[in-house]
Amino acid sequence: MKIVPGAICEAGTSRVNKTGGWRTFKPVYDYDKCIKCKLCELLCPDSSVRPKEDGYFEFDYNYCKGCGICANECPKSAITMVLEEK
Amino acid sequence: MKSISLLAPGHRGCAGCCDAMAAKFTLMGAGEDCIVVSPTGCLEVMTTPYPETSWDVPWIHSLFENASAVASGIEAALKALGKQGPKIIAMGGDGATMDIGLQALSGAFERGHNFTYVCIDNEAYMNTGVQRSAGTPYGASTTTSPAGKVSLGNPRLKKNMPAIMVAHGSPYVATTSLAYPKDMIAKVKKATEIEGPTYIHCHAPCTTGWGFDTSKTVEVARMAVQTGLWPLYEVEDGKVTKVRKIGNNKRPVDEYLKMQRRFKHLFTMEGGAEEIAKIQAIADKNIEEFGL
Amino acid sequence: MAYDMKMDKHKMVVVEGSYAVAHAVKTCRPNVISAYPITPQTHIVEDLSQFMADGEIPNCEYINVESEFSALSALVGSSAVGARSYSATTSQGLELMHEVLFNVAGMRMPIVMTVANRAVSAPINIWNDQQDSISQRDTGWIQLYAENTQEISDMTAQAFKISEDKDIMMPCMTCMDGFILSHVYEPLVLLEQDITDEFLPPFRPDRILDPRNPMTFGAFADPNFYTEFRYQQEQAMQNALKKIEDVASEFYDMYGRHFGGLIDEYRTEDADIIIMAMGSIIGTIKDVIDRLREKNVRIGLLKVRAFRPFPAQAIMNVVRDAKVVVVLDKNISLGMNAGALFIETKSVLYNTDIHVPVIGYMIGQGGRDIPMSTIEKIIADAEEVMRSGIRTESQFTDLKEELI
Repeated sequence: MKIVPGAICEAGTSRVNKTGGWRTFKPVYDYDKCIKCKLCELLCPDSSVRPKEDGYFEFDYNYCKGCGICANECPKSAITMVLEEK
Repeated sequence: MKSISLLAPGHRGCAGCCDAMAAKFTLMGAGEDCIVVSPTGCLEVMTTPYPETSWDVPWIHSLFENASAVASGIEAALKALGKQGPKIIAMGGDGATMDIGLQALSGAFERGHNFTYVCIDNEAYMNTGVQRSAGTPYGASTTTSPAGKVSLGNPRLKKNMPAIMVAHGSPYVATTSLAYPKDMIAKVKKATEIEGPTYIHCHAPCTTGWGFDTSKTVEVARMAVQTGLWPLYEVEDGKVTKVRKIGNNKRPVDEYLKMQRRFKHLFTMEGGAEEIAKIQAIADKNIEEFGL
Repeated sequence: MAYDMKMDKHKMVVVEGSYAVAHAVKTCRPNVISAYPITPQTHIVEDLSQFMADGEIPNCEYINVESEFSALSALVGSSAVGARSYSATTSQGLELMHEVLFNVAGMRMPIVMTVANRAVSAPINIWNDQQDSISQRDTGWIQLYAENTQEISDMTAQAFKISEDKDIMMPCMTCMDGFILSHVYEPLVLLEQDITDEFLPPFRPDRILDPRNPMTFGAFADPNFYTEFRYQQEQAMQNALKKIEDVASEFYDMYGRHFGGLIDEYRTEDADIIIMAMGSIIGTIKDVIDRLREKNVRIGLLKVRAFRPFPAQAIMNVVRDAKVVVVLDKNISLGMNAGALFIETKSVLYNTDIHVPVIGYMIGQGGRDIPMSTIEKIIADAEEVMRSGIRTESQFTDLKEELI
């Protein structure tokens, strides 16, 4: 790559950095409990909660750092933080 | 499906990062037709290691103390070039806003530039390792105001930024919290739509600097609001117009303080109870003043 | 190449130097001007302010910033959006901008700023010397020094053209001696609008802050990248060496006026003694040279017009066959007991086959007057050096022993 004078970057290029490798625990949904309140998507600091076609959500494990905010805040305890097995 | 967030993943913010959340909510309130200026700090460093950037909107970083001046220049230039339209947002931390950047902020507001300033207040200079700032609250332990044998931690009260910005004649000043994201998004939207210099002060609990589990960012923020330590209100043209009442959710400050490592010493030191009582008095004063 | 100046007397007016600069700035069609007052730059920003108030600068906004730090910082923002940006300052104001100067250069913003050279505090002193701009020589700003008010006016248009060149994109300081040039009234030709509109095309940077094509400006560069960014800045400075010459030539072709490119020479062809200097002192030196030439002293003047990039080759070409070089500096690098032009001239000659003795005089500090007699005394020292070698390499001039 050639550097751009002034250290100017194209938008959104941090997506190459897959921060999923950071986590120890990963969030898992129990869709039976989920009421589609969208709070998890709203709160995620790493934009790692994606809506699905059916209105539920899924995690983007490429980037999820396993902070656990979604699990902590879910009003229906529909998200559990599970120790990630390697 | 398009993401709701204009802050891309891949940034180097800690797990549970308050700055990332504050930036995300701000951009949701502003929309993609904006230009963002950030001073030096966690937000800037974690989002822009060359050649990567997490910003999906136009963004510029110059120096630590001049975000408001840079924003002023952008605003003037867009006007001069007949390109007005994009919302101009300056977004930075408490150190950059309340200490080193205060002059530029004051100047920009005095001149009445049409932009919104969002202060992400995690109550210390976090990026450099948790040093005390004008935003550090009474009794908090930071690396330059540590609790010690003869010290209770930070002995000063938080600088009252909303009041300072109201005194500049800003048409809209509001406090927000990460625990109330929809409220913040609405306030940012409102601030960016009002003509003139508007100010948002966001309470942003920092998992690393304050010492709590990464999953508790929102919980700690909520607790701060429920104790009365972080009142949520709007000031329009100098008058407090909307206040979020605590009602039955009122909590004593102990419950907030004991969630955080930075206040732990207050529970073990001699005279700690008196110090906690002083913090309770701050909360009580807010509750009375704002009718929480 | 000889440049015959085409000065049309009918176009000349008698105006204050500051007014000429303000008029030139106006003529260059700036989009954002930021201004913080500081003696002796104030008349420039005041005149610009009056032009604004009278609607004479279209598509322009004028920001009354609350400090010089913000003055230049605001231009970072405006330049990033594609606005042609200008400010003026001096001395304490320039020092206050120190951090931003590096920042602007690193962000490759072609901002032009007039520096009305003034001494630096402490002790506080509002009169002319060149310590202020000289102390900023490492920041990555192109630095040009003007001899008279016509030149500083013309230089303003040249500065924008040089800076905004796609192979340069570095900011430029145009330096004029405070009070001596800013507050003097001289006859000159004000910068012509019709010619300038042709000479200076609109500012169109390749990348700007624009929601339609979002980009990030001012990312941080870790050790893997930082060196290469600095290298690019140096390359731009090297490109500027030729560009400064070319722009001066183009300016002559279009306006009929030329004051030198990187340097200018006066009666150097057969000179044994070459005297080097920057700024308004050039005028005095030319008078001294004429006087001495009548007495058959073989003396010539090397006017240094561009201090950054440093015109090493140009200087070497002129001093190569001289017997002594005398450098006048309106500044001092404390701890070196020498001025910057002297230090840098000596340094570029060191590794070459040019072994001409170089002596330096720190002069005119804090606005101390420089009469012709002072220069003549210095020349007498130089003649002594030709005869018996260097006795004192660098020294203060006109030091009042009785005060210390």
